[in-house]
Amino acid sequence: MIIAILSGKGGTGKTTVSTNLAYVLDKKGHSVKLIDLDAEEPNAHLFFDIDYSEHIDVDVKIPKVDNAKCTHCGDCAKACQFSAIVVSSKSTLVFAHLCHACGACLLACKYNALEEIPKNIGKISLGSANGIDFVKSQMNIGEPSAVRIIRQAKKYTNKNKINILDCPPGVSCPTVESIQMADFCVLVTEPTPFGLHDLKLAVDLTRQFGLKIGIVINRYDNKLIELESYLEENNIPLLLKIPYDIKIAQSYSKGKLFSKEIPQYENMFVELYNKILEIVQ
Amino acid sequence: MIVKQLAIVSGKGGTGKTTLSASFAHLAKNALMVDCDVDAPNLHIILKPEVNKTFEYFGSKKAFIDFDKCTNCGICASVCRFEAIDFEQNQYRVKEYACEGCNACVIACPVNAISLKKTLNGKYFESTCETGYMAHALLNPGEETSGGLISEVRKLSLEIAYSKKIELIIIDGAPGIGCPATSSIVGAKYVIVVSEPTKSGLHDLVRIVETIKHFKIPHGIVINKFDINDEQTKEIEKYAQEENLEIIGKIPFDKTVVEATKQAKPIIEYDCKSAFAVKDIFEKTIQKLNLSPQS
Repeated sequence: MIIAILSGKGGTGKTTVSTNLAYVLDKKGHSVKLIDLDAEEPNAHLFFDIDYSEHIDVDVKIPKVDNAKCTHCGDCAKACQFSAIVVSSKSTLVFAHLCHACGACLLACKYNALEEIPKNIGKISLGSANGIDFVKSQMNIGEPSAVRIIRQAKKYTNKNKINILDCPPGVSCPTVESIQMADFCVLVTEPTPFGLHDLKLAVDLTRQFGLKIGIVINRYDNKLIELESYLEENNIPLLLKIPYDIKIAQSYSKGKLFSKEIPQYENMFVELYNKILEIVQ
Repeated sequence: MIVKQLAIVSGKGGTGKTTLSASFAHLAKNALMVDCDVDAPNLHIILKPEVNKTFEYFGSKKAFIDFDKCTNCGICASVCRFEAIDFEQNQYRVKEYACEGCNACVIACPVNAISLKKTLNGKYFESTCETGYMAHALLNPGEETSGGLISEVRKLSLEIAYSKKIELIIIDGAPGIGCPATSSIVGAKYVIVVSEPTKSGLHDLVRIVETIKHFKIPHGIVINKFDINDEQTKEIEKYAQEENLEIIGKIPFDKTVVEATKQAKPIIEYDCKSAFAVKDIFEKTIQKLNLSPQS
């Protein structure tokens, strides 16, 4: 099973839910795989002692001009949708930071004057997080998009395990890439107008792809009537309320798992999983 | 007239960018506010703008297959590097969310069955609110090119600033370190990075600071909720010292902030310790921008 944890708004508790759910399910004897897909700002590894076994480079191929063959006809620049190639009568220049590594210029070149060279954009690290199978995706600083790294990292899901995907914030391409293949999406929100606003966007996104969803409200102190009535009207199951507890915030700040530090909170993640299981089946 | 742009970013989401931005809007008197988190915008919740003009954003192109011409040879799927074309229900089909509109399949198709078409990705707005003008946007859920939409909002904000003679633009930035985040900071005169004293906060702070350095823009750090973990605050201060970065201010943890957020009001409207800290940070920032004192 693949469970994607997402939120719309950043900082609502995706990583908190992902890491604690992984820890508790593993402790209860399930076979768990935790995959951090927030390649721009991965954080899940901070909550475990990770023993890495392998690092895999994620490379894309970008064009390189063979000046001996290039006739400066300009077909490559015309084919490129990202203005990454500029052709003058004397030279053909590739701007690597604009290049989407799509290969359209190679298809357009009639003179075989372009070859491709690898460019590293990030890496995927495999390892064990205190016994839990762990995958971390990380984009290089300065790169524009994490989508390709996420696409690679997603391939490490294991059919025989419970795969927990810690997704990026927002509702655009990195998030969309992350939730494909998910059997269930957990949307983490907070009881504020910010949380509710962005939750609605995330709900719309998951609905576009016909995904099954449920909600976790983090830092729950008291009712936000608008949130609860939104969930009710739209028939969205509320799976869990994580209380507003300074001890949870402190344990997070230290990079600790609160379900381990405060054992009374362990069971809520078992219940969360059971509710997901009920809906998926 | 010179328009000065201040960007507020964070790397990690949820550290308090919008809380700080909304208060700055009220303190600045007549600054133009820009919300660059077009994926999940929140600034409008506090500033409650009235939209004057709406613009449609056609940012990306997508490939469309003409099924009457298509022979299902599969060459398009083999050249696509975004895994955006799949054979489903007896026909090669484009998965719109994955298509980057790169043109490769169009060039490769031997029977000219594929073309690129512009798609509507979102909207952006010129608005007025209590504190003055505001430029903001909303990306359609599931779309790509949020960086492109941010650039449009930034262009619009400059047009408004020059036509209305507004000296200061304050940008509530996008989270992360990729294209949306960098599109939020290019051209800014100063960048405030909002962090929090957590292990994740420091980790993400280092990555966004490295990203900002690429642009050679002066920047400083605000530590939000600094007193929830003294040890992590010291870690951030140590990092700042090593990197020769200024800590512009520290905001204490304050339940009033939660209350203000729930009421959708700026924190500086309350008489509380976090409001004092925010005011102090604002004064220091104004000096950084070499603006004349406001108020």
